[in-house]
Amino acid sequence: MQTVLDYLRLEEKSRGTKEGCNEGDCGACTVALGSLRNGQIVYEPVNACILLMGQLDGKDLVAVDDLADGNTLHPVQQAMVDMHGAQCGFCTPGFIMSLFTLYHAGHRPTRQEIVDHIAGNLCRCTGYRPIVDAGLASCTGKAIDKWARGAKSATETLSLLNDGSDLMIADGHGFLAVPSNPDTLATLAAANPDATIVAGSTDVSLWITKQLRTLPKIIHIGAVQSLHEIGDTPQRLSLGAAVTYAEAEPHLTKIDHDIGEVLRRLGSKQVRASGTVGGNIANGSPIGDMPPMLIALGATLHLRHGGTTRQLPLEDFFLAYGKQDRKPGELVWRVDIPKLKAGEHFRGYKIAKRFDQDISAVMAAFKFTLNGRDIETARVAFGGMAATPKRAPYTEKALAGASLDDASTWSAAISALTDDYQPISDMRASAAYRRDVAQSLLRKALMEISGAAKDTRVTGIRGEAA
Amino acid sequence: MVTARRKPIATDTVGLALAHDSAALHVSGAATYIDDMREPEGLLHVVPGFAREGARGKIKSIDLDAVRSYPGVIAVYTHKDIPGHNDCSPSIGGDPILAVDAIEFHSQVIFAVAAVTRDAARRAARLARIEIAAEKPAVTVDDAVAMKTKDVLPPYEFRRRDVKPALKASPNRFGETFLIGGQEHFYLEGQVSMAIPEEGGAMTVYTSTQHPTEVQHLMARMLGIPDALVTCECRRMGGAFGGKESQAAQWAALAVLTAHHTGRPAKCRLDRDEDMTMTGKRHDFRATYEAGFDKTGRVTAVDVEFLSRCGYSADLSGPINDRTMFHADNTYFYPACRIATRRLKTHTVSNTAFRGFGGPQGMIFSERMMDAIAIKLGLDPLDVRKRNLYAKGRDVTPYGMKLEDNIALDVIEQLEASSDYRARREAVNAFNAKSGILRKGLALTPVKFGISFTLTHLNQAGALVHVYTDGSVHLNHGGTEMGQGLYTKVAQVVAEEFGITAGRVRITATTTAKVPNTSATAASSGSDLNGMAAKAAASTIKSRLVAFAARNWKVAKSRIRFEKGQVIIGNQSISFGDLAKKAHQARISLSSTGYYATPKVAWDRDKAKGRPFYYFAYGAACAEVTIDTLTGEMRTDRVDILHDVGRSLNPALDIGQIEGGFVQGMGWLTTEELVFDEQGRLRTHAPSTYKIPCASDVPEDFRVKLYESKGNRENTIHRSKAVGEPPLMLGIAVWSAIFNALAGLNPGKVPPLDAPATAEAILRAVKAVQS
Repeated sequence: MQTVLDYLRLEEKSRGTKEGCNEGDCGACTVALGSLRNGQIVYEPVNACILLMGQLDGKDLVAVDDLADGNTLHPVQQAMVDMHGAQCGFCTPGFIMSLFTLYHAGHRPTRQEIVDHIAGNLCRCTGYRPIVDAGLASCTGKAIDKWARGAKSATETLSLLNDGSDLMIADGHGFLAVPSNPDTLATLAAANPDATIVAGSTDVSLWITKQLRTLPKIIHIGAVQSLHEIGDTPQRLSLGAAVTYAEAEPHLTKIDHDIGEVLRRLGSKQVRASGTVGGNIANGSPIGDMPPMLIALGATLHLRHGGTTRQLPLEDFFLAYGKQDRKPGELVWRVDIPKLKAGEHFRGYKIAKRFDQDISAVMAAFKFTLNGRDIETARVAFGGMAATPKRAPYTEKALAGASLDDASTWSAAISALTDDYQPISDMRASAAYRRDVAQSLLRKALMEISGAAKDTRVTGIRGEAA
Repeated sequence: MVTARRKPIATDTVGLALAHDSAALHVSGAATYIDDMREPEGLLHVVPGFAREGARGKIKSIDLDAVRSYPGVIAVYTHKDIPGHNDCSPSIGGDPILAVDAIEFHSQVIFAVAAVTRDAARRAARLARIEIAAEKPAVTVDDAVAMKTKDVLPPYEFRRRDVKPALKASPNRFGETFLIGGQEHFYLEGQVSMAIPEEGGAMTVYTSTQHPTEVQHLMARMLGIPDALVTCECRRMGGAFGGKESQAAQWAALAVLTAHHTGRPAKCRLDRDEDMTMTGKRHDFRATYEAGFDKTGRVTAVDVEFLSRCGYSADLSGPINDRTMFHADNTYFYPACRIATRRLKTHTVSNTAFRGFGGPQGMIFSERMMDAIAIKLGLDPLDVRKRNLYAKGRDVTPYGMKLEDNIALDVIEQLEASSDYRARREAVNAFNAKSGILRKGLALTPVKFGISFTLTHLNQAGALVHVYTDGSVHLNHGGTEMGQGLYTKVAQVVAEEFGITAGRVRITATTTAKVPNTSATAASSGSDLNGMAAKAAASTIKSRLVAFAARNWKVAKSRIRFEKGQVIIGNQSISFGDLAKKAHQARISLSSTGYYATPKVAWDRDKAKGRPFYYFAYGAACAEVTIDTLTGEMRTDRVDILHDVGRSLNPALDIGQIEGGFVQGMGWLTTEELVFDEQGRLRTHAPSTYKIPCASDVPEDFRVKLYESKGNRENTIHRSKAVGEPPLMLGIAVWSAIFNALAGLNPGKVPPLDAPATAEAILRAVKAVQS
């Protein structure tokens, strides 16, 4: 299965799009992908190096070589020239394409929005200031380029391509299946338990580009419309397995500001445009950012195997390192997330070497149910502290009955974290730091909710106390 | 906010904020890097192979059968296939292109596989079965000391007076040991070379390198052929930062070796992970010092020893460690001192040049010492810094060079005022007095960086200029373009000479066939050297044109001027092109080489005396940070920079170097952490695990200004100053501000903060000062 980057560079010999890392972390290969959303074409930046060709079905692909109109540069290109935003120029095509999608976002972005938008694009020369300035100068909210002019016909073309039929490309060695019908998907997966299930492929693609694995059977779930469904009621949020971070972000942020803040920093715009909440659960990574937060919130996971469905508390899905409670051929189908009720308070913290686009060393999530100023119950979950995303039963027990107004009642719970977790040392952090920071984060959560401290964050802003 | 002040100088192109010459190509994806070139027919792809396990030990067995028989593989090479010299060292040897009977670091290249596709070559390379009789590697400086590995080079030191009694006599003394981390270059374009075999055994090599001449010479030695048979060319690099100074050669060698044996063109491009494991980085150091000082904070004596992790071979570790010593004083006078270095051997990849070339490690020591003295005495660190500056009567460096161009105090005081340092110090104190979870720190640190190669003979350059009969100009010189805008600056210099616009100057790829025997584009010297050489070439042609015009139109030479594309000859005006045409018809040569050698520099390393530097570049940065004392997380709130580029050749490009250098330096000292495991394997070998700054790490409040200079006091190209490396060390202000925030937690206690100041390192220091 070829990546879009290899296709562009090796087959089309279209070499404006660059390979910087081949793992979706530097953004040099960023291209814009146009998808139909509610009858409108929406352009999102994606990393071509970890995008599989089959994922282009029904999409509009725009690469840097397409942008200039004859000898006239695109407005984002001209702004990058005017602001001296390119030095060595190798990362530049990726920045151009990220800014191109922002140019089409339909509003004038703030400096902070631009910085968030290009968090997945690394530049080693400029220090970013001129690139951000180029974004401010060119992304005015009014698109007047050939994509704006041709939006109507592109929409029609994509509508014709998105005809609801199942796509299957096969040869003697294997297949790529992109079913549109949910039953076809479930049947196909059950019949091919050895197939690799792909949603955004932000993880699986690295098996191909870095481990050089051959994946003969790939089933892409992204064309099933019902798996893109988001159910948002006052009681709960329900996310289909193919819902991307980008699609889920506004809904998750409404549950609690901290989830939005973690999502802002999770991966990059490119990764969030492709990656899915369901994929983050299904791959069982011990350092995924979403599972600890969803566990703390009390999420329920729905799985489907052929015609059979079942559900379980999310924390029970993670059995051991690399092992989940999922039969071969069974699919992560949906996750239901209860919203916060009166008296419930949530906190989520992501600790990493770099604020943006970094994998967590520690991911902490807490839900406290208060009775007045006392903690009635607590749900505590961490990532990066064990072989799976994991709850902290001793800590939760010790928190029950603690008082927000008496910090001495917190210490038993803070110490209990060392009973719940025995973290390891790796390139992201030492075991000692993980232990220390986990305790610090619980203390910080309690200080914030109790109102004992203001100014508690160096990034993002936390609002009210309880 | 940025101010790129345009200098009021009487020039047409020099001093203008012109865009990078390739800007329009960069933004449209049309700038051609080596991997973008149209592939010649029959191209083979070469991938290096190594032992998956083991960092150090004899090669017990190699089984490459599965590699050879993999579909698409054309050839597999080991050291036995190298016809000439199996070494790509830039210095004293010891860098085998392909390992012979042992490896000395994990992922050292043992073989190369050439296949019809890169994919096939990558897959085949992983099928090798290599057994290493693995021995325990020395991974860190501490390991090297404990295991007594043989240093890659002898120790070296500078001495002034006898430091021991001077320390003893000092009213106050303080000493400590701290660690300074290394740094991965993370150029966005990885290492890449393409070799084309030519008739008669010749070879053309397109390579992403800062040093085409060295690649040319090493390829000739590897094949055992004369230098003249190898041509090495580089139009541009997608970033380099020192990482393509000496360490581009090995990958060129694998491509050339394949082309030599197969007669087919061959390309070697490293995957990012292999690039990061197989190429050297900035040296990491352990620094131990003892300082003596009086009650005002003025230094009386300094004894410092730097232990550097050089990796398995010397590479450029000699001059890099020397430069650490040259910058261990930064802007400060040490009345008595010993500045010593040891160049330790470890079983890790050979560390190499990286922007600043050892200087940053020396400089961060001096700034750390100033901070520690201030903490010990309860003084503002800026006052301690100012008290220790070089000044009249205190103006000779530890290596015996008299400082003639010292503007450190003026730079510092201008920045102190413009950054509102004193008022912000009060505000920071007030913030910290609330004693919350968050604490602020503020620091203003200076930079003084010596400009010239310390190996004196490298300070020379050549250029080649042709004027065509339509007045367009072809420019070539020995410098390479890695994004810094060298080509643009030199084109501006040449355009200025001829009174034409820079757009009339066609810039061409650096090639050993046009300008021979060049030095690396390094040591910030690119514009200084090549600008002067190109000016000399243009000026030779210009003087021929002037002589011709004077003769032809019977006008005094003094009445001939070149401006705005015209040549004014007495009372008449003729276009530059027409003059060129007429001169050609009169059989005047319109082509010339140009040559430049930096004057005044002379360095006697054995005696540790002389003038290693033509001049110094100065700058200062003021940084404010906030740290989270519960988690160690850190945010940079505001940065002010004032930097001296003499009279700027191009303020936009200079600002770009300053901002980019600062951010790279900040990354080195904060988020960028190289982690090796006990087996000597680099665990941070991709951007997923090695974190260079991204856009959000740069403060929104970022104020960068060029120092208003009357021009370099030395006669450099249009009185400008070098700007490539010095700004990297402005990043030390951020580290010092973190240090300042930590120091505020427990007055009088020096925080044991190592570099990089990751959240983990900061939290560790928080706990240490609070205990």
